Amino acid sequence: MDPKRKKDCHDSGESTRVASTFPDEVLERVLALVKSHKDRSSVSLVCKDWYDAERWSRTHVFIGNCYSVSPEIVVRRFPNVRSVTLKGKPRFSDFNLVPPNWGADIRCWLVVFAAKYRCLEELRLKRMTVSDESLEFLALSFPNFKALSLHSCDGFSTDGLAAIATHCKNLTELNIQENDIYDKSGCWLSCFPENFTSLEVLNFAYLNNDVNFEALERLVSRCKSLNVLKVNKNITLEQLQRLLICAPKLTELGTGSFLPELTDRQYSELKRSFSICSNLNVLSGLSEATALYLPALYPACTNLTFLNLSDAALQSEEFAKLLVHCPRLRRLWVLDTVEDKGLEAVGSNCPLLEELRVFPSDPYEEGIVHGVTESGFIAVSYGCRRLHYVLYFCRQMTNAAVETIVQNCPDFTHFRLCIMTPCQPDYRTNEPMDKAFCAVVKTCTKLRRLAVSGLLTDMTFEYIGKYAKNLETLSVAFAGSSDWGMQCVLGGCRKLRKLEIRDCPFGNAALLSGFEKYESMRSLWMSDCKVTMNGCRFLAKEMPRLNVEVMKEDGSDDSQADKVYVYRSVAGPRRDAPPFVLTL
Amino acid sequence: MSPPLLGVGEEEGQSNVTLLTSSASADSLCRSSSELKERNYMGLSDCSSVDSSVVSTESDESKRSTLNLKATELRLGLPGSQSPERDPELCLLSSTQLDEKPLFPMHPLNDGHYSSSQKTVGSGSKRGFSDAMDGFSEGKYRANSEVGAMLSPRPSKTGSVIENLGTQSANAKEVAPPKMVQERPRAANEPRPSPNGAANSNSSAPATKAQVVGWPPIRSFRKNSLASSKNTDEVDGKSAPGALFVKVSMDGAPYLRKVDLKNYTAYRDLSSALEKMFSCFTIGQYGSHGTLGKEMLSESKLKDLLHGSEYVLTYEDKDGDWMLVGDVPWEMFTDTCKRLRIMKGADAIGLAPRAMEKCRNRN
Repeated sequence: MDPKRKKDCHDSGESTRVASTFPDEVLERVLALVKSHKDRSSVSLVCKDWYDAERWSRTHVFIGNCYSVSPEIVVRRFPNVRSVTLKGKPRFSDFNLVPPNWGADIRCWLVVFAAKYRCLEELRLKRMTVSDESLEFLALSFPNFKALSLHSCDGFSTDGLAAIATHCKNLTELNIQENDIYDKSGCWLSCFPENFTSLEVLNFAYLNNDVNFEALERLVSRCKSLNVLKVNKNITLEQLQRLLICAPKLTELGTGSFLPELTDRQYSELKRSFSICSNLNVLSGLSEATALYLPALYPACTNLTFLNLSDAALQSEEFAKLLVHCPRLRRLWVLDTVEDKGLEAVGSNCPLLEELRVFPSDPYEEGIVHGVTESGFIAVSYGCRRLHYVLYFCRQMTNAAVETIVQNCPDFTHFRLCIMTPCQPDYRTNEPMDKAFCAVVKTCTKLRRLAVSGLLTDMTFEYIGKYAKNLETLSVAFAGSSDWGMQCVLGGCRKLRKLEIRDCPFGNAALLSGFEKYESMRSLWMSDCKVTMNGCRFLAKEMPRLNVEVMKEDGSDDSQADKVYVYRSVAGPRRDAPPFVLTL
Repeated sequence: MSPPLLGVGEEEGQSNVTLLTSSASADSLCRSSSELKERNYMGLSDCSSVDSSVVSTESDESKRSTLNLKATELRLGLPGSQSPERDPELCLLSSTQLDEKPLFPMHPLNDGHYSSSQKTVGSGSKRGFSDAMDGFSEGKYRANSEVGAMLSPRPSKTGSVIENLGTQSANAKEVAPPKMVQERPRAANEPRPSPNGAANSNSSAPATKAQVVGWPPIRSFRKNSLASSKNTDEVDGKSAPGALFVKVSMDGAPYLRKVDLKNYTAYRDLSSALEKMFSCFTIGQYGSHGTLGKEMLSESKLKDLLHGSEYVLTYEDKDGDWMLVGDVPWEMFTDTCKRLRIMKGADAIGLAPRAMEKCRNRN
């Protein structure tokens, strides 16, 4: 039933109350099944009734930029939220491009949530600053709190985790991923009370201190619903084996250190424990794994869909042997120690592969470097036709290789190629890598995320603007020849949401060409480009609903805008900006 | 600041230079040595042992590595004013670049320049990166303290990097030598001095590498976990709880050995065990630094031994510096020791005074 049409009927004089044919309760029930936040946003735009129904029924809110909206606005609009996902700093803060103490503190959000969202159950944070006090406040303020996920956050220590373990009686998920955490000790794990049994997800893979193993073993035994367990490197193989016996129903396992020194008997026990874990879908960890003990894993790999070997510096032979046992693999993360030969094995053994990430084992070339080349990537593309997500770090690439790859796999949605030497041309022809990315955007019509590298001229960006109609995220570094490049992207990519640029010759003309577009985007990052303070000021003046922030470095020219971060916001300029962030 | 003479002669001149270039490690050594005991050699002996370790482990690279270390010496002069002893190869490369780029570009250069750098790239040179680096701000050559920690300043590492770059013609990347990175912990806020140093390294020593902040785009946690896994790969520090195997090398021996430091509780045990292990190679008595309890060596006899083919036990600590065994308490030693090396006495010249001092104290 078209609500608009009903309203027209109403206006045309019918006296019946139109709303009763579709009562709010029914609408809310229906809308409760709509999970995707994009769909929900669309729903809320239909009419006022639907807007209201949607806001009352929304239980999960996703905020991609914590400064785009204020906590007060969020709680006012959505009164019944149980789960919040918040992202803070710009993505380039992962690579040390954002100075410390930039902001994105969770504290002000928690204070507001404590007042309005007493029933908050889940909090997922990425690139936020979280203090121990905030964690304790969280643990004490929300009696129903269930799931905490911290990804790339900073500002807290293991004391904060101890507070969570101590006070959150209903905790089901504790996911501490890749954070800049002050790792004081492993005592936090022992803070889970002895009668605590609700844990389903426990990930402390990236914490460095020893936890009390007996406490961990007891915890794992009594939490019968535990299905995700990712331990840190200090857990030995022997201890792992004991944990596996306690939790055979695991679906996701992150092992500790896979270092040898097992007796034969221990090894066969380990192998047996792995064979009991037939439900394993996700396997990670395996740091320091060697060819000697990898075979113990084979029985557990039959149902693996995601294998994360980014901590295990495997060589091509043992990697190939392992892959034979992983026929159902859909996602694979691996270090480039496996080299092209290893990737050939991927092509041969993993026909269902959809996502491949190859990380560099030696990014600063401290040793003798081999890594992967274009031939490994080509081999994967021939064998894995369903590949749609790739993140590939390499030291050499050719245009022809990329053209072949996208012909084999035209369904790419995420194509992130990092040729590790900035501005490196096609090593065979010495041409820029323009043709490669032109082929990518022309062939892969579903492309949503693109990261470019190598020597690139404006031609690449012309093509991106012309063909990448579904592109949402673009990352550019050391590329382009002039403002025209960026202008093409801003003019052509209708669905662009995030644009992050560093070290490119784009200046004010480029920045200002998109000023109307920025309101439809989440954010723009430009660092070490040719943008000046005047350009930024002009942008800020013309577009009051954008926050234009400039980060200055000491000693740099006053007129240059070293780092520019532009984002739309309904909350106005930041009130907690540190001194080095200038809001224009 | 001239190092005091210690009666060790020839090594001095070289030590002068290495003192400057390996200043970071020397500084830490100096500091640590001044904290522990009053010394008057300012870590010079350690420098020479550092230098000698570089020399002996990579003998064919030593000349080049020393030269390159000199080339990356921090100077405030213009890149054009190069010292005459620089490698002519390096000069050649740098001179072509010097004409094109301004000295300390504080902001990215204009389009015209950028495209000109692209042209040079297109001309078939594989030094694409260094040419293209002319095209944008040098302000990025900042020390990244995290990265600096990752690039552990081991002299042997530098040697291997340079060797590696020598063979790799493709990527003339420029990374500030780890020592330079270490010296600039605050440099995130100091683009001015860093491009200075980097400009020098850019123009004068393209064989060394400069670190671009945040590139390649890898998350910090990944860098750290890679670093730690690499360290354990190389050193095999802790292979299992309860054992602490470290490699022991002896100058001149055809193969290395491994010892479990947990098997010993004091230096004396360790040294006697090593003596037994390497007895087949030892000529004469195993060098003493106070742990040989059997005989009281007279000052002159020890001097003779050390100047001869006698041996001194040294170890590489977590920072990559070569230290004399015996200075720190045993527990601290087992915590920080990554590998052991039985050095020829002739190489460990600077270690003699302390050993002599100990003898003096004994006698």
